[in-house]
Amino acid sequence: MSNIESQTIAYVRDTMIPEQAPPLTEAGAIKWLRENLFSGWFNTVLTLLSLAVIWWSLAAIGPWLVNMVWNAGSLSECRRILDGTEGACFAVINDRWHQLLFGFYPSHLYWRPVLALVLLFVALAPILFTGLPRKMLIFSAIYPFLGYHLLWGGSIWLPISALLGFVAGAVAFLVVRKVNGLAAIFAAVLAPVFWWLFLAGPFDSAMSSVLPLGLEFVRSDRFGGFLISLVIGVTGISLSLPLGILLALGRQSDMVFVKSVCVIFIEFIRGVPLITLLFTASLLLNYFLPPGTSFDLILRVIIMVTLFAAAYMAEVVRGGLAALPKGQYEAADALGLDYWKAQRLIIMPQALKISIPGIVNTFIGLFKDTTLVVFIGLLDPIGLSNAIRASTDWQGIYWELFIFIGALFFIFCFGISRYSMYLERKLKTDHR
Amino acid sequence: MKKSVFVGAFAATALVAGMAQAQTLESIQDRGELNCGVSTGLAGFSAPDANGVWQGFDVAVCRAVAAAVLDDAMAVNFVPTTGQTRFSALASGEVDMLARNTTWTFTRDIDLNLTFVGVNYYDGQGFMVNRDLGVSSATELDGATVCIQTGTTTELNLADFFRSNGMEYEPVPIETNAEAQQQYLAGACDVYTTDVSGLAATRASFESPDAHVILPEVISKEPLGPVVRDGDKQWEGIVRWTLFALIAAEELGITSANVAEMAQGTDMPEVNRLLGTEGEFGAMLGLDSDWAVRAISAAGNYGEIFAANIGDQTPIGLARGLNALWTQGGLQYAMPFR
Repeated sequence: MSNIESQTIAYVRDTMIPEQAPPLTEAGAIKWLRENLFSGWFNTVLTLLSLAVIWWSLAAIGPWLVNMVWNAGSLSECRRILDGTEGACFAVINDRWHQLLFGFYPSHLYWRPVLALVLLFVALAPILFTGLPRKMLIFSAIYPFLGYHLLWGGSIWLPISALLGFVAGAVAFLVVRKVNGLAAIFAAVLAPVFWWLFLAGPFDSAMSSVLPLGLEFVRSDRFGGFLISLVIGVTGISLSLPLGILLALGRQSDMVFVKSVCVIFIEFIRGVPLITLLFTASLLLNYFLPPGTSFDLILRVIIMVTLFAAAYMAEVVRGGLAALPKGQYEAADALGLDYWKAQRLIIMPQALKISIPGIVNTFIGLFKDTTLVVFIGLLDPIGLSNAIRASTDWQGIYWELFIFIGALFFIFCFGISRYSMYLERKLKTDHR
Repeated sequence: MKKSVFVGAFAATALVAGMAQAQTLESIQDRGELNCGVSTGLAGFSAPDANGVWQGFDVAVCRAVAAAVLDDAMAVNFVPTTGQTRFSALASGEVDMLARNTTWTFTRDIDLNLTFVGVNYYDGQGFMVNRDLGVSSATELDGATVCIQTGTTTELNLADFFRSNGMEYEPVPIETNAEAQQQYLAGACDVYTTDVSGLAATRASFESPDAHVILPEVISKEPLGPVVRDGDKQWEGIVRWTLFALIAAEELGITSANVAEMAQGTDMPEVNRLLGTEGEFGAMLGLDSDWAVRAISAAGNYGEIFAANIGDQTPIGLARGLNALWTQGGLQYAMPFR
């Protein structure tokens, strides 16, 4: 063949031309710029405008951040160090970080809230990640009592006797179940109540006198700063989800009484601003209780925040329930599952999966709403920033405190939101 | 755990329900601690320091009372209260007294069933402007934009003042003092108005305080003082006369430095009566005879407390003005210890 070709064609190339680089405008950074930033006159104008805005904000904030001062005893000392130049005075964080994080918690006991936070992540891990050994769930169940004891201290027998109430409930359930299923549920509810009302107190005081174990007691009014946000937020989040699910189921119930109680509760709470509920907790309850009784303010706030979040949670979960095709309910019935089994095995896993974004939304909202407690005089980070600003050393400082507080909240809220995206991807079973 | 606290609260409810409210002194002594309502943070008057210890002019009143009643100036549990929660915290018994820059007005005294025991600071509403504006009197402020905290008496005073002088103004509503500083410095308003003590404290925190002037006009009376509940004469007396003891101490030349020495007995009868070497004044209050000695030793007399917290040597830099003793042209006047 080649012979023929050599006769008919004057020149034949017998090697490939080496690959050439694409034109300058069609490769690398320039291509990206052309396609993404300057693809038309309109986008070019927008790009230039954005660049101007970025330049302008950097020019405004840049020097302020670059000249930051970390070591000074007061704002005036900061200004002396800066000597007329513009600069952030983060020395206030250096001076007061422990207050912003722990409030007035005794400083030699800081290890307790820190340990409680670390253990909180240990306790959450098996709930959040299914790959971990299931035995860790035992620790998760104990954690609420352990966390309480670490934060508040006092006699160790108080949380133990409270925990024993649940044990009593479980034992009663297992014993009575052999006789009658419905009676077992009543027994499981009544046994702990009976324990807490009549036996927990004597047990607590008896054990305390025999074996006085426990950590140093820290009063609730020593709590403050980010600690208080976390205590209210974490308790509210972990209690509002189960409560919300129960309320959502109650709202769909056929039993008129259960249904109307749930509807009234949900609609009442959703119709009232959180700040009103907080004022009720802090002010109105005081008038109902006789003078001298102090029903712990943080506990009152936690209850109110939990009820508030539960009502929202109920509606989010109801949205998930409504999104399930009716066939799923009928399939559960066809399999002969009773109500609770159907909920647990078929309905809830699907409904909750659908509601993940809404649930996480409520969690994040609840966590950020904890800053509203500043209006009832609790010193959360925002309240403490006011208190810090009221000291003569730091009067007049503003952005530095808010940047620090904002960063703390961002870390937690961003973490929650990333986890929810991970969970959604993991649970994605459809083929969209 | 939650339930046991709940149950405990109700058990305590049943126990305490029968007791009247009149036993404030006894319940404080049983508790070993004075519950004192203070502001959540007001420069010079009440603020926690880096160690979480409350400091300030109002705080010092609480400490003096605690020293008189409990022999320990640090035995105070400070309850931060906001403008909304302060009176119900007092009325419901959550705090024993308020020392929280609260203006003594008719309705609060009569309608709210509270008792103002005296005045520890005479304040009034004033104006601060930038020196560059060239304004030297509040009557020249026609057409100005004014930063004003919403929902306070200052807002009403401002409206009254401008109307009675036939002037116009444009309010810039703000929520807190810190926000007001930012707005004022950013030029969102020409004038910032609040109590003169607040203006002075705010100005002191500016980068160049001299660039701003506080105008001479004071357009309202704001007598600030400690408050107790109605219905317990004994407790009211203790707080009132502790405050008077601090003021009288300044008048009589008793300071924290020489109080121990003067408590040995002097040739001035009023000093002797105050410090308990003559008469039975402590016993009449339900306290021992050294009560005033302890109150004065806690943080000094009125003048010392003023100088240490808000006086002209501090960054706040307030002059005594109306708060000088009556003998020096001011209004601070303690009723006689007789």
